[in-house]
Amino acid sequence: MPSVCFYFQVHQPFRLRHYTIFDKTPNYFDDFRNASICRKVANKCYLPTNRLLLDVIRRYEGRFKVAFSLTGVVLEQFQQFCPEVMSTFDALAQTGCVEFLAETYYHSLSFLYARQEFIEQVNMQMQLIQKLFGQTPRVFRNTELIYNNQLAETIEAMGKFDAVITEGADHVLGHRNSNFVYRPPNCKNLKLLLKNYSLSDDIAFRFSNRQWNEYPLMANKFASWVNRINGNGQVVNLFMDYETFGEHQWQDTGIFDFMAHLPREVLSHSDNDFKTPSEVADAYPAMDVVDVPHIISWADTERDLSAWLGNAMQSNALHEVYRLEKMVKQTRDDQLLADWRKLQTSDHFYYMCTKYFADGDVHKYFNPYDSPYDSYINYMNVLNNLKARCEQALPGQAPRNSPEAQ
Amino acid sequence: MKVFMLGWEFPPFISGGLGTACHGLTRAMSDLGVEVVFVLPKPFQQTANNHVRMLTPLQVKPQTVTSTQIATSFVQKELKHVTFHAINSALQPYATPQVYQQQIEQLIHQKATQEQFKAINGMEEVRHWLSQEPSAMGQPGHYSGDMYTEVHRYAASAVRLAMQEQFDVIHAHDWMTYPAGIAVAAISGKPLVIHVHSTEYDRSGEHVNPMIYDIERRGMHAARKIIAVSHMTRNIILARYGITGDKVEVVYNGVERNGDASQYNKIGIRSDEKIVLFLGRITMQKGPEYFLMSARKVLEVMDNVKFVMAGSGDMMHRMIEMATQMGIGGKVLFTGFLHGKDVQKVFQMADLYVMPSVSEPFGIAPLEALNYDVPVLISKQSGVAEVLHHVLKVDFWDINEMANKILAVLKYPPLQLTLREHGNFEVRKLRWSDAARKCIKVYQEMTQGG
Repeated sequence: MPSVCFYFQVHQPFRLRHYTIFDKTPNYFDDFRNASICRKVANKCYLPTNRLLLDVIRRYEGRFKVAFSLTGVVLEQFQQFCPEVMSTFDALAQTGCVEFLAETYYHSLSFLYARQEFIEQVNMQMQLIQKLFGQTPRVFRNTELIYNNQLAETIEAMGKFDAVITEGADHVLGHRNSNFVYRPPNCKNLKLLLKNYSLSDDIAFRFSNRQWNEYPLMANKFASWVNRINGNGQVVNLFMDYETFGEHQWQDTGIFDFMAHLPREVLSHSDNDFKTPSEVADAYPAMDVVDVPHIISWADTERDLSAWLGNAMQSNALHEVYRLEKMVKQTRDDQLLADWRKLQTSDHFYYMCTKYFADGDVHKYFNPYDSPYDSYINYMNVLNNLKARCEQALPGQAPRNSPEAQ
Repeated sequence: MKVFMLGWEFPPFISGGLGTACHGLTRAMSDLGVEVVFVLPKPFQQTANNHVRMLTPLQVKPQTVTSTQIATSFVQKELKHVTFHAINSALQPYATPQVYQQQIEQLIHQKATQEQFKAINGMEEVRHWLSQEPSAMGQPGHYSGDMYTEVHRYAASAVRLAMQEQFDVIHAHDWMTYPAGIAVAAISGKPLVIHVHSTEYDRSGEHVNPMIYDIERRGMHAARKIIAVSHMTRNIILARYGITGDKVEVVYNGVERNGDASQYNKIGIRSDEKIVLFLGRITMQKGPEYFLMSARKVLEVMDNVKFVMAGSGDMMHRMIEMATQMGIGGKVLFTGFLHGKDVQKVFQMADLYVMPSVSEPFGIAPLEALNYDVPVLISKQSGVAEVLHHVLKVDFWDINEMANKILAVLKYPPLQLTLREHGNFEVRKLRWSDAARKCIKVYQEMTQGG
């Protein structure tokens, strides 16, 4: 009886332009690059995959369902650079088989540094989803599936959510598996959905790997793996970046065909079905408490914060940006606030990651900078300018806590 | 395996990276059990002081002194498989050997070691010393006919030496030794490897000295194999000297770890003044003017910075004038050529080492800087940029970006910290033993493959 639950993450950061210490203008973002990346990914992934899903949903008349988590910053970019993507998401929303999840508008790490700011960003994103797609999200996912017990408590206290999503990390599950619904300690109603990282990564990472002994992965084979869960699980949570389709796994790998055939293969077993995260939370009881005192995420093999907070530069940049919160908000300047918030997007800190840098791996692929050092320098130069603008707007304030001070 | 190696210079008689490279390489080969006969132009004719100090670690081996008196032989204790032969020759590495200028540098250096080079504040003092020398400030004359003769005299001496030695391979370092390498190969019938640490295009840009180019080209064509210090150099060899790719191997240089605990003194003794260091020959190749132009930009934003230019070369005077003209004379210190302890001292004082080279085949100095826990900014036009990741890189001509990065290191301590941590770790992976192993592999392929 496993329900297959797909959730796709859709996000693009506002990348910074090259900004030296000699730059004085408050234009921080590389519109040209952001537009071209957005359009490129739209053509390779968002548009074809949306059309494919739309097609499949119509064909199976409500039996195939998926969920998306769209960040505010990616939606802003769609509106600005490729509005046609918006209309395909809108068409998906109209089918009634697509659920939208809640997250921070800016894909930020604000939960770790500024709790009030975090709540504001979640509300902002939910309002935008409501406005664009006429849905109010009931399930929350935090940036990069960063999670601990406290997050669950904060989310439950907001009173808007049925469930929260995170990684099914082995070290928090122990002997249990991710194919059941759980609940966090200290929460009354909130449920916990855990990613089945093994089956998710079979699609997201291993799909086109010719060295993998399961290559090539066909829809019927994958469906048989899902069927195998029968009797030892109620749900298979397949959570992945939406860019898996067409961007990480190129069209010629057959990823689109795989996705087109998967519903039939899964549904051919009469016990199986597709559910969205909120349907999963409604349908299945929490089987056990999963205690996560320490922070986990879905990143790398470490499943921790080290991709964003692994070296002194990242830690410094994060502290500095959140240290400006009070000042930025005091200015009551909307432009300043928006710029500051765009600087919170986790990607900026990911680019500064020195882990594996010399090996040139996946971190490099997504990185617009030649090196983590260049990215830190650029970020700090921008942040210094932003701070100077705050100081200008608040002439009474002493220029203390300067970002360059140690 | 026994190697007949032809060099220019060897520590402590060095004026640049070549001597360091030869030392590191031969030492590693010696550790791997390869016998090396190292031949170099006799460097003893300089100052008496130096001579005495230098001889202490050396053990003269009188029985091998040749009857013809063409060479002095000695061994260094740490290099147990290496024999040295110094050929009497006026050859000086790094060319344009103008005696007056060397004297200047000698004077500055002596002055510096006596009073700590920091005491040479500004250029007034340096100028004072310079003014005492004959003011032959014109264009440094390029290699004279004498030089050409010297190269061939060195070759002739090397041949005579070679006739008394048994060896399997000839390994010649840079252009001055190529004629000797060709000659020795001809009489011994052994294969010749030439090791390209730099080319005339690196040293002189497009204004190459045709005589040197010719020697280099002939050496490269005569050699059985060519070892280049980087892919950048390999590309020059292919593009400019008409060599086919299968003949050229890339062997990166290494660096010796200095387990010097005194570097921990660093913390705590620093003033609030930041020090940005240039260390190298002050010549066109090293891009000293880009360093100064960036310095001016940095000083527009930040005042408490001193720029130290350690080294000497034919552009030193021009650089001193340039700094004055730009109005940053008081912020730029010229130390002249530094030796051993002074190099260490200047590295330990530095907050950042900058190598703005226009064309740097490899660049050992950045590795030394990293060894001393100094963060490094290098030009993308350097071979060492191919192997170092945890450093800052910039195009040599992009003074805006160079200044931006210098300022970032000075203003954002976490950047310095991360660069230092990772850089120091990364540099440990560049070992002479790996370089030596690769060279030995090249030898073996040649001697076995016929």
